[in-house]
Amino acid sequence: MASGSNPAVQSAPLSNDDIGLERRLELFRLQVEIRDCEKRAHDLFFQNLIKGTSHLSIGQEAIAAGFGVAMQKGDKSFCTYRGHAHTLARGASMEGLLGELMLRDVGLMRGKGGSMHLTSVEHDVYGSYAIIGAHLPIACGSAWRAQYLGEKDVSVVFFGDGTTNIGAFHEALNFAAVWKLPVIFVCENNLYMEYTPIGDVTAVKHPAADRAASYGLERILVDGNDADVVYRTAQAAIEKARRGEGPSLIECLTYRHSGHSRADPGKYRPPGELEEWLKRDPVIIYRQRLKDFGVTDDTITGIETESKRKVDAATATAKASPPAPVEILTTDVYADGGWAWRN
Amino acid sequence: MGVAELSYRDAVIRGIAQEMDRDNRVVFLGEDIGKAGGVFKSTVGLYEKFGPLRVRDTPISEQAILGAAMGAAMTGLRPIAEIMFSDFLAVCFDYVANEMSKLHYMTNGQLSCPVVIRTGNGGGARFGAQHSQSVENWTMMIPGVKVVAPSSPVDVIGLMAAAVRDPDPVVFHEHKSLYATKGEVPDGVIVDTLGTAKILRAGGDCTIVALALMVPRALEAAATLASEHGIDAEVIDVRSLVPLDTQTILGSVSKTGRLFTVEENPRLCGWGAEIASIVADEIFWDLDGPIVRITTPHIPLPAADHLEDLALPSAARIVDKVRRVLKA
Repeated sequence: MASGSNPAVQSAPLSNDDIGLERRLELFRLQVEIRDCEKRAHDLFFQNLIKGTSHLSIGQEAIAAGFGVAMQKGDKSFCTYRGHAHTLARGASMEGLLGELMLRDVGLMRGKGGSMHLTSVEHDVYGSYAIIGAHLPIACGSAWRAQYLGEKDVSVVFFGDGTTNIGAFHEALNFAAVWKLPVIFVCENNLYMEYTPIGDVTAVKHPAADRAASYGLERILVDGNDADVVYRTAQAAIEKARRGEGPSLIECLTYRHSGHSRADPGKYRPPGELEEWLKRDPVIIYRQRLKDFGVTDDTITGIETESKRKVDAATATAKASPPAPVEILTTDVYADGGWAWRN
Repeated sequence: MGVAELSYRDAVIRGIAQEMDRDNRVVFLGEDIGKAGGVFKSTVGLYEKFGPLRVRDTPISEQAILGAAMGAAMTGLRPIAEIMFSDFLAVCFDYVANEMSKLHYMTNGQLSCPVVIRTGNGGGARFGAQHSQSVENWTMMIPGVKVVAPSSPVDVIGLMAAAVRDPDPVVFHEHKSLYATKGEVPDGVIVDTLGTAKILRAGGDCTIVALALMVPRALEAAATLASEHGIDAEVIDVRSLVPLDTQTILGSVSKTGRLFTVEENPRLCGWGAEIASIVADEIFWDLDGPIVRITTPHIPLPAADHLEDLALPSAARIVDKVRRVLKA
């Protein structure tokens, strides 16, 4: 992308870059917005405005952003209960997301799903799944549909390191490899399955990458805190899948800055570990990256200011939304819209 | 239009083929279903007719089978997935209990899951406790799933068509001990309706409600009750547990005043208990006596033939029970 005339940059080091200014700004914007929205979710939780549970991706934003920018309209996301970031990264609204977390009518599923089941088909988010590993075979099925109908979309399934020790992970990997499906398995290895270090309960050092060979797949282990690295990796895997060359398994190394869920303070983590990872905060890394590439402070702060404005506006909208009418209690149990199981 | 005799096994093949012929989105996956023609030979010829892209052999990966069926269904296909023995539903039950059944509701109607799960159900084949169970009640209790169990070849075809065309997940129980049985089937396309019971024998003295393999046994018992004991039983084939045709059952029991259920499942929480509950709730004053459930005892099924025969409700046991209760 030619950047000489672009007011966002002072010099032109981006001109020969494979990612380009526009995508870089998008990678930054997504990371900032996810970070701000997740922080707001954290605050709202402690104000008792978010009930149930909530699993934040603070510290893991680069993965969602990298894939979010690399995926095209029609490519399908399958997320876990830690799915806020991936849902936002595909373009779902903050109102819809925060509204769902607050179980309001304005929520993506009007409060019928809650934080662990975020879905926005309009934005190609085909669900967030709260049973570990369940969505890996489901993503295979979506990829099978694309393969069978000759459609060109790719299915991307995100999951944590803990998922690599459940049977559905292995069934899905083998299935996808044998059928050469256009599906991408993205392991966000944040080092902890929940409270237990993944290394304590896994036979190999890298829970996803070290298993790739079992399914005839390339070993792909990348820095999940660098959005450029994630984007490039995602891009390559998506293109490969689109060409009909089969699945990829990608392990992204990352770290969640907060606990597993809700009020978990993460006290099981050794002293100093969080501090080390905070030095590799993906948002800070990327902010500096933009500066190194000559993006102006005005452009950067503009994105940051706009993000905060959006989060505030979304919060206000969600807070103002009533809960859904009680009539929806029994709607959509079956596809006819109702719940009748007898005549 | 002609009528021909067809086995229950061949009806499965014809039912699947009818729907695959009709709709290119109907695809079929499972273990040994393609080149091998199915372990019960109930899918012979489909691979040859529809090709490897529509009839796909899978690894022994039940979670992958149901998960892939779900993912394909929610993005536009109409998959039929085979779980070879219904006992194996236990290894992939997440997809029935948590995933397919909840999808439409949790997403506030954004996604649907039109999957048919075909599965070989029921006892009588001396396979022992892990390959013989009648598990209709496992899925009947889950909101969001439909549950079917045909007893005759014509019903296999018609209900298969209804299940494939239905927009919700349907668990389709084929009874292993019925595969070799035969029945008359008309030519042409057959499409039935889920949630409809059938009165197979009219009678005024009592109502016997049965499912799958228990249907021919109930009919045999009714014939004996009539010829040897002067008892005129009405026999209803429930066919579909969800949706449940309660009106046909309630109408019959209102008329006869007595209800017997014949269930192959072990006793606790069998489907007949739900029907007994509905009848007791809604037409208690039409009853002339207690509701009686005839079931397999609450035991795992043994492999030995004489023990398995003793465990499953037989025509003789139905006759004996009905006769004793009504003559008491």
